[in-house]
Amino acid sequence: MPAMTYLQAITDGLRSEMRADERVFCMGEDIGVFGGAFKVTDGFIDEFGPDRVMDTPLAESGIVGTAVGAAVVGMRPVCEMQFSDFISCGFDQLVNVAGKMHYRQGLAVPITVRLPTGGGFSGGPFHSQNPEAWFMHSPGIKIVAPATAEDAKGLLISAIRDPNPVLFCEHKFLYRRVKGEVEEGANPTPMRARIARDGDTLVVITYGAMVHTALEATAELEGVRVLDLRSLVPLDEEAILESVRACSKVVIVDEANELCAAGAQVAALVAERGFEDLDGPVVRVATPNVPIPFSPPLEQAVLPSVDRVKEACVELLEY
Amino acid sequence: MATETARSGETEHLIRDDRVALLRYMLLMRGIEERAMTLYRQGKVPGSFYDGFGQEAVSAGAAFAMGPKDRLCVLHRDLAAHLVRGVTPARIFGQYMGRAGGVTAGRDGNVHFGDWRLGCVGMVSMLPDMMLVATGMAMAFKLRHEQRCALTWFGDGSTSRGDFHEAMNWAGVQKLPVVFVLENNQFAYSTPLEAQFAVDPVHRAEGYGFPGWSVDGNDVEAVFEAAREARERALAGEGPTLIACETMRMHGHAAHDDMKYVDKTRLEEWRRKDPIERQERVLDGLGVDVAAVREGVAREIEAGVEEALAMPMPDPETATEGVFCDGEANVLGDGQAPWSEVQS
Repeated sequence: MPAMTYLQAITDGLRSEMRADERVFCMGEDIGVFGGAFKVTDGFIDEFGPDRVMDTPLAESGIVGTAVGAAVVGMRPVCEMQFSDFISCGFDQLVNVAGKMHYRQGLAVPITVRLPTGGGFSGGPFHSQNPEAWFMHSPGIKIVAPATAEDAKGLLISAIRDPNPVLFCEHKFLYRRVKGEVEEGANPTPMRARIARDGDTLVVITYGAMVHTALEATAELEGVRVLDLRSLVPLDEEAILESVRACSKVVIVDEANELCAAGAQVAALVAERGFEDLDGPVVRVATPNVPIPFSPPLEQAVLPSVDRVKEACVELLEY
Repeated sequence: MATETARSGETEHLIRDDRVALLRYMLLMRGIEERAMTLYRQGKVPGSFYDGFGQEAVSAGAAFAMGPKDRLCVLHRDLAAHLVRGVTPARIFGQYMGRAGGVTAGRDGNVHFGDWRLGCVGMVSMLPDMMLVATGMAMAFKLRHEQRCALTWFGDGSTSRGDFHEAMNWAGVQKLPVVFVLENNQFAYSTPLEAQFAVDPVHRAEGYGFPGWSVDGNDVEAVFEAAREARERALAGEGPTLIACETMRMHGHAAHDDMKYVDKTRLEEWRRKDPIERQERVLDGLGVDVAAVREGVAREIEAGVEEALAMPMPDPETATEGVFCDGEANVLGDGQAPWSEVQS
């Protein structure tokens, strides 16, 4: 199996789906000749041409809205938001048009929206956000968030093949920092959780870049499991509850702002259906409810760090 | 490219049967909406009720010019478009009453529907979101080199929002086969035109690189002719067209709205321009038995009401079903296209 960066794996997954299915095309800002702000579609225009690697006007509502129109007449658009933060400008089309279409009219909307998410590199308040929870609250939209190169490819393939709107949260911090072996060919990854490292003393439940933070934070602690959610909608409730049963102690880590984050839903689930299996309070580590600041010491002060996660785990293990 | 005004309704593309059909669709729209208003007052239509009284020519004329493979995003004062595409009166009454047999089976209310099997996507309340959806359909047609077009309606109030501009710009840049029908009914809820825009939006088309045409929106054959020409342009690869139809919303925004903000003499002026009476005069001149058309429509409506009243309400157990598609994604089907020149 070839080793790829997380970024290369996204590119590989996208390319293989475009080769296999002529309905699949990419649309976004600066994705053509320039190859995308992060170079995910670098060289695509040479292989697929400008029709299938479409540079769009700078209009995010337009990107999502026209993708919906193309999808309902048989295309499989893959939209790129240059940064996930800009999905706020396409919010209405996603939430009100795409998300509610199948329930209201029985009409599927097979679109994938790639969202380069997350902070850690001084992107500031408008290039560092993790907007996934905005859409978890909105029915009809699936959300996946890979942590590894292999899952980046496999979950993107799953997203493109899914008949529903799927948000693909690709973490910018992982693009070139994470590398791994990736299967050749097009193998979809199921939208279910995976155990990133097994254990039975405590489980850290998280997703995206925080999987790596959690692995590092607990590397020297005995028997700590790390559960990588991979998918937020659908949320793999059985895998979460199984981990609670196996470990009895739960730390939930979100890079997103704490209030009503994905982890808040996990905490609610554990309280409702895993209470009898708990041997300590549910502990959360997340970014406090502030915009993501620009300056490195300020940003590092708010994002969940290895030390903060480790401290939370040690404290809970001693409970 | 310059904006044209006062396009005439004279057309060589309608045979006598087409002209009768146009009247019939307008009569059906008005009759269904009047009957539904009664059902609303009787408490049989939940929520609120919206109609397009006085605007029937805009949806009937534009939808009639489309072919079966063209695709439509239909707005809330455009009931005639659904009828042209083949939605039955019974399913419309069922929709209004939230019945299982309504077009959305009770999932959405009033005019929020579109039968995808007939090539239509139903609107959302955020206007004019559907302009972008129609633009996206046209984008797919162009990508696949298919000779078809997309059409959508929207109101004067919609021209103030960003999605109007994003769609107009996108369609202009990519020269897409899309027809934008602006239904200028003088009021966005209670807000008059002068509080919406400083320049008549028909002129904006030129700024986005394609023609804008002003049409008498109460002349069904003029609307038809403009839509026919716009479709021809679209299919020939000449890009989008904006058709601005001048009309009047003769009723309130919705059932509760008494329209106290509209001057009565102004309504009276527009009443004299009623699109249905106008088409009846045309057909009278051609020797058509207009009374017989009216009677046929009335019978059809009553049968539709009876059928809809017999439809069950949706099963509450199903309220959480169908948020996601579990199987293959369906794709919009072809609609009915009754115009004699497009019938295959």
